[in-house]
Formats: sequence, structure tokens, C-alpha cells
Amino acid sequence: MLENLENKLFPNTWIDCYADYLYNYAIVRVNNPDVAKDLVQETFFSGLKSAKNFLGKSTERTWLVSILKRKVMDHYRKINSIKGKAEVRMNFYSEGENEGNWIEERAPQSWESSVDKEIETSELKTQIESCIDHLPEKYAIVFRMKTLQEFGTQEICKELNISESNLWEIIHRARTQLRKCLEDNWFNV
Amino acid sequence: MKFMITCDKASTICDKSQYKEASFLERIRLAYHVSICESCNLYVKQNRKMSHFFKLKSTDCKKETHSLTNAAKELLKKELGNLKS
Repeated sequence: MLENLENKLFPNTWIDCYADYLYNYAIVRVNNPDVAKDLVQETFFSGLKSAKNFLGKSTERTWLVSILKRKVMDHYRKINSIKGKAEVRMNFYSEGENEGNWIEERAPQSWESSVDKEIETSELKTQIESCIDHLPEKYAIVFRMKTLQEFGTQEICKELNISESNLWEIIHRARTQLRKCLEDNWFNV
Repeated sequence: MKFMITCDKASTICDKSQYKEASFLERIRLAYHVSICESCNLYVKQNRKMSHFFKLKSTDCKKETHSLTNAAKELLKKELGNLKS
């Protein structure tokens, strides 16, 4: 009976059994079909290479997910370290006596046609999608996980290996840029 | 800790409160700031509206399921097979 408690690996069935599960897991986090596919492939490769380290204490699927989690974290660390061109333009003075105040031309403007436009929901959703796609990837990933997938703050911080204050700073930047994008392309058109 | 906060800080707290995760003290500071700052007052109102729209989008996203194409799976099997041999 004892040996039934021990889980085993069957790499020949991995793709049929877990490819879609892992792919879904990856895509709600990285939101890019190609990246998600690569991460799943790397997960299977790593799984095969380290199969001898599998202790049988978790299920095959849980074990594969734990490998994929590390791949997602690595992916995020990589894009998060890219600085420069993708940086969001900030809306506040960063120094001087006005530090932290709105830069006049980037302060919120009133939205004109929002009332009648709310009806066109599907168009609005497409516009939101396009605005999110224009965010730097390191912001888009956190924003999607937090706002669209509605993951908990601590869960996201753990999965992406970022601090809570870092997460809120990212959410703030993402929402600031999305606000500008929707203002330009939706509300004031 | 000074009670008056900058617009930058106020809008960060406002963003946080869209997820109901701003602390009591943060909410009080935001409310005070908004009562004397026109731009941030507008920001708060517009942010609520955005949250409403994002919620609509979120409902869609959570319903979606994704799968790899059969061709992609076959290719994956082949590559995994190569690695084994």
C-alpha cells in the first residue's frame, strides 16, 4: 500500500495531460501566447532534466507548476531589469518646490463625452485592451494580474518577487498611463 | 509624518483604494487632500469610472480559456522526445 502514496512521473503523457493547464497558467500571467508557449516548453525540458530529483511528495502536476512558477518569476525579473526607453512619463514634478504636484498640462482634464459612450461596451473593451498593450510589459503584467485576473496583492508579490510598495508604484504608473490613453482615445474624442 | 500629502502620493493612495486596500489613515489623508485639490478631486472621480470599466473587462478575461494548438503540441512532443534520446 505504501508505494501507492508515492507519486511518479510519466513524461510521455505530460503534454497531453498538462500542456493546456500549464499554458493557461502562464498566459494569464504573461499575456503573450508566444512567451507562454516558450515557458511551458522550458518547464517540460527542465522537468525532464530534473526528473531524478522528483521525490514523489507532490503530484506530477503540482511539481510541474512549481517549475513553471520559477520560469514566470525569471521572465519577470528579466523584463523588470530593462530600464530606459519603456519608462512611463510621469505626471508629477520630481524635484523643486513643486515636487509631487501635477505638471499642469498632465493634470486630469474633464472628460466630455463619457455618458453616451458608456453604451458601446465592446468598443470600450477593445480600447482598454489596446491601451494595456501599450504599457511597458513590466507594468502590464502586474496590472493584468491585479486588475483583470484579480489576484491578491501578496500572491502577486510572491510570484513576481517584488515588494508591496513596488507593486503599488507599478499599479499607480500603469493606471496613470491608462488614464491618459483612455482620455486621448476614448473620452475626449 | 506630515498630514498634508502631495498629489503624487494622493493619486497613489487613490489607486490603492480602487482595490479596497488603502489603510484608514491613508483614506483620511486622501479625503483631506481631495477636499482642497481640484485636480485630485477629478482624478478620484475618473479613477472610479475607470475601475468600473476595468471590472467589465475583468469579467471577460476571467471567462476566457486558452489552449495550445494540436500542431504546437505535436511539435512540443517531438522536441521533448529529442531531449530524451
